[in-house]
Amino acid sequence: MNQTATLFGGDRWLAALTTLGAWLLALLWALPPLFAVWTAFHPQAFSVHFDLTAPLTLANFDRALAAAPFPRYFLNTFILVTTVTATQFVLCTLAAYAFARFEFPGRDIAFALVLVQLMIMPDTLIVQNYATMARLGLVDTILAIGLPLMASAFGIFLLRQTFKSIPKELDEAARIEGASALGVLWRVYVPLAKPVYVAYGLVSVSYHWNDFLWPLVITNSVETRPITVGLQVFASVDQGIDWSVICAATLLSCGPLLVGFLIFQRQFVQSFMRAGIR
Amino acid sequence: MLRLSRMRWIHGWLLFLPAAVLLFAFTHLPAAETLWASLHSTLRGRRPAVFVGLDQYRTLLDDPIFWQVLWNNALFALGTIPASVALALAMALLVDSRIAGRAAARMAYFTPTILPLVAAANIWLFFYTPSYGLLDQIGGLFGFGETNLLGSRETALPALMVVTIWKEAGFFMIFYLAALQQVPPTYREAAALEGAGRWTYFRRILFPLLMPTTLFVLVNAVINAFRMVDHVIAMTRGGPDNASALLLFYVYEVAFKFWDTGYASALTVVLLVILAVLAIGQFAYLDRRVHYR
Repeated sequence: MNQTATLFGGDRWLAALTTLGAWLLALLWALPPLFAVWTAFHPQAFSVHFDLTAPLTLANFDRALAAAPFPRYFLNTFILVTTVTATQFVLCTLAAYAFARFEFPGRDIAFALVLVQLMIMPDTLIVQNYATMARLGLVDTILAIGLPLMASAFGIFLLRQTFKSIPKELDEAARIEGASALGVLWRVYVPLAKPVYVAYGLVSVSYHWNDFLWPLVITNSVETRPITVGLQVFASVDQGIDWSVICAATLLSCGPLLVGFLIFQRQFVQSFMRAGIR
Repeated sequence: MLRLSRMRWIHGWLLFLPAAVLLFAFTHLPAAETLWASLHSTLRGRRPAVFVGLDQYRTLLDDPIFWQVLWNNALFALGTIPASVALALAMALLVDSRIAGRAAARMAYFTPTILPLVAAANIWLFFYTPSYGLLDQIGGLFGFGETNLLGSRETALPALMVVTIWKEAGFFMIFYLAALQQVPPTYREAAALEGAGRWTYFRRILFPLLMPTTLFVLVNAVINAFRMVDHVIAMTRGGPDNASALLLFYVYEVAFKFWDTGYASALTVVLLVILAVLAIGQFAYLDRRVHYR
């Protein structure tokens, strides 16, 4: 900004004001999570009593873990997120390859039909999807949470754009060397699209980690509930108003994702950017 | 040659097939089934679902709660979309300029995006707690009395809007940041040489250049305004007296509390129609005004 400040004949006051504004907004935005951290790591007596000398404690986390099967919820979320993301990778790669490099009748209509899912997301079809799962006998299974999410229009779109930007000459060269269609995909397209897979993977993991409405509807036991639903059940039924424990549970529920984000902050932000550029 | 191209056809379809099956089974088919179910009564015990034509829609027109949630949803969209998009743009501009501590600021803006909405809702619930919560504590310092934001009809929905804006602005900021980084610095220099001020540069050059991003963000924001109900479930359960119920939340309630699938299907159809009309309208309207590079 220094450079532009001089360009526009800007003054120091404006620069200072900009910085101050950015900081104030940042503080405002960070306040809720910081508040939760404070409450979770201090004894109940200090939950809204801000005293820098207040003793730190992990007791709230112990109590949360003792009160609800959070490890099981974590396992469920882990299974859900890994299977959904892995399946999405495979299905979206194959479909994107078809749309990017194959001529087949009905391709454009098929692609338009894929894009419909960007607008009609699975969340809005909970009523009928529940009926479908009931028919398949899958109600209250982790598979049922994941199935409607596994073919992702967003993933197909993103990978199609990426594959299209890869020079066709590479494709043809590999074919001349005798590679099959799948061989070319595996040896040329997938390696070149690696950054996009990382980006899509991070977006997909955080999206499905945070998913709530559909899992809430389709699960009703400890063995299948993901962490978000587990947290909600815990906060609304088991606890009443013990905020220290609820804050501890809340932090637990997003802990792994949050830690991952803090460590890989740059990659996360860049991934979301990359996924957003079309 | 003909055989080769037919091979390509078959390969193309085979590659698309697995995704196509799942998309069809969980997006297109249920959408069509929803329409079909909305023309039927709800199956209850021994009573089978029978064709009732447009009866569910007649019920809907006479249902005051339906009109209320529709109105709430419109308010919710109007209250959250412009604010979060404007804030997102402001955040992106702030973080894109060379201020001190911009990495920390960017992290603060972006963190809500990573948090599950339910988790965020729980934190805000604590924030809003009457007398005990942080908001009332701070208000107390300035001599304000106890408030019950989530418990009164006038403030429940706005309180949810604040959470939504807080959650979404940082997410949309990312897209503006990505776009800003692609604007060539020469534009800025040229504008300065021509004697354009900062504001003119923003209004005449930067903002039009960011139009495609704004379109993309707006489409997402609109869809989200009709899709996000996690915080309604976690914070107010639509109350008090449906003052904070949104359309999808009402669908959820009718379908999974009252188990009235027929009526819930009619409500879902309304939701789908709204989403379709908004998406088409937005594209048609903004397409003419968007500057494509």
